[in-house]
Amino acid sequence: MKKLFAVVCGIVALCAALALGSWALNHRQGGGSAKLLTIYNWGDYIDPALISKFERQTGYRVDYETFDSNESMLTKIRQGGTNYDLVVPSEYTVQRMKKEHLLAPLDHRRLTNFHYIAPEFRNQPFDRGNRYSVPYFWGTLGIIYNDQKVRAQDVQHWSQLWNPRLRNNLMLIDSARDVFAMALISQGQSVNTTSYAKLKQAQDHLKTLTPNVKAIVADEMKMYMEQDEAAVGVTYSGDAREMMSVNHHLHYVVPSEGSNIWFDNMVIPRAAKNKAAAYAFINFMLEPANAAQNAEYVGYATPNAAARRRLPKRITADQAFYPPAKTMRHLQVYRDLPLKTLGVYNDLFLEFKMFAK
Amino acid sequence: MRQKILFIVPYALWIVLFVIAPLVLIFYQSFFDISGHFTLGNYADYLTSRVYLKMTLNSVWYAFLITLVTLLISYPTAYVLDRLPNKQFWLLLVILPTWINLLLKTYAFIGLFSRTGSINQFLRFVGLGSHQLLFTDASFMFVAAYIEIPFMVLPIFNSLAEISPSLINASKDLGASQWQTFRKVVLPLSMPGVKAGIQAVFIPSLSLFMITRLIGGNRVITLGTAIEEHFLTTQNWGMGSTIGMILIIAMFIVMFVTGETKQKGGSR
Repeated sequence: MKKLFAVVCGIVALCAALALGSWALNHRQGGGSAKLLTIYNWGDYIDPALISKFERQTGYRVDYETFDSNESMLTKIRQGGTNYDLVVPSEYTVQRMKKEHLLAPLDHRRLTNFHYIAPEFRNQPFDRGNRYSVPYFWGTLGIIYNDQKVRAQDVQHWSQLWNPRLRNNLMLIDSARDVFAMALISQGQSVNTTSYAKLKQAQDHLKTLTPNVKAIVADEMKMYMEQDEAAVGVTYSGDAREMMSVNHHLHYVVPSEGSNIWFDNMVIPRAAKNKAAAYAFINFMLEPANAAQNAEYVGYATPNAAARRRLPKRITADQAFYPPAKTMRHLQVYRDLPLKTLGVYNDLFLEFKMFAK
Repeated sequence: MRQKILFIVPYALWIVLFVIAPLVLIFYQSFFDISGHFTLGNYADYLTSRVYLKMTLNSVWYAFLITLVTLLISYPTAYVLDRLPNKQFWLLLVILPTWINLLLKTYAFIGLFSRTGSINQFLRFVGLGSHQLLFTDASFMFVAAYIEIPFMVLPIFNSLAEISPSLINASKDLGASQWQTFRKVVLPLSMPGVKAGIQAVFIPSLSLFMITRLIGGNRVITLGTAIEEHFLTTQNWGMGSTIGMILIIAMFIVMFVTGETKQKGGSR
């Protein structure tokens, strides 16, 4: 009994010491909450050296937290009790947050570096006039293939994925919108259609794809493609970049007939505690040198025109990641659909998965 | 008396806050549609939907198979463990994998089963050629059973260990053969452990969802997949709760079926 008591006391003392230690660490840099900037961003989505540089340059202290899906981030912010000063949601989530009055409008007089953003990435339909958001990175949905298993000319277009030669050799991303985007575009429809008939048609089209579908997976696709588990996959440009850096037989294509283009954007939540720090950070990240460094580190495409000029030619000349103007014109942005329609997409997708065997 | 009531407070609080309240909330939530209006439509949708009904059958069927496989492996394992000299040590080895995060174990299996993984390398080495192992029913069942086995072995082992050796000796003295002793003495006395094991395996297996995607490549769809989708993607919490209610009802049925004979056989 005595021994047990000693052990319990020891554990309690240790925990107290650890708690004290972490509190001391948090407060060592000092400055109080007026100097604290809380950022909520996707995991592995910034060059950490830039955070230290920002801290040195401005004297703010950065508290950096990460999320792994728009939906989980949105749920957390909606519940309240959070004090994030800067968040990086995707475009359809910006639209949703706007609708739910979760965002603070941006004061463009304080965004001194906004002019570096290329004109074609400003004033997007999800946020006209960039009243609430500043683009951070952008990317596409496309086809990744292994040149040892398929020829390049056989996987340039969505419709080619239906080729019987790809039997049991195709991986899809587990997301209703993206899989339907592929089917809708191959039928010449909009990726934002709300018509049940058109969606049903797309689903029928998808059902004929099932003999080719090997698996419907999420992040694991990176590992599977790197390990040659399948010849072709449908995935996002950022993930593709990661896979290609590991397996040099992989290549990425954005079909020229169209695809989805997405944007991740910096926004300031309404509940932000330190808006001055958030503006300072946005301006810091828009600084061409910093934006270029970040784009080189993360590997996604930057909307920052000045930064793009600073990037090495081998990056910006890569048509897979900076598609030619002809393809760019055909890329479509996801609009935030009514929950009911979103439900239809997902129900039809679930049914497709259900009978995919 | 007052002391006894005081002692029950933490337990009662726990039960009310973390068991009863969530159940009531799920039940309540299942009566609302996506725009927040009261409705019975979720249940009607569920009962008339070919997709959900097939999914339910799928879930029950796979959970049944997983439970059967784990039981067939676990009973002999527990039986042998009980007779080994250092049984606590061997038991520890069975429990050890539960200390490792479920996701990590699943990822390890991806490495083993992939086309370039160790198992295929071995198959090629012995001249059997490489095979598609991932995304098959067999690999899904294998991983699910692997994960559930400790939860089946433990209760069976405990119930076997509780059987007094004098009962077995008596049975042998009275002329029963090895098999008869097992059939008439050991098996009935270990039934409570088997039932506890079935409950511990069948119920979680009904709503597996991570493994269905990671190992099954979404070729196996269970109700867990649908619940995840409704809560995360479509934000249709009402429908998600309705499916949750179906699972809860299924669990009560399992508890009832496996708990029922307790009074009958309870000769203690």
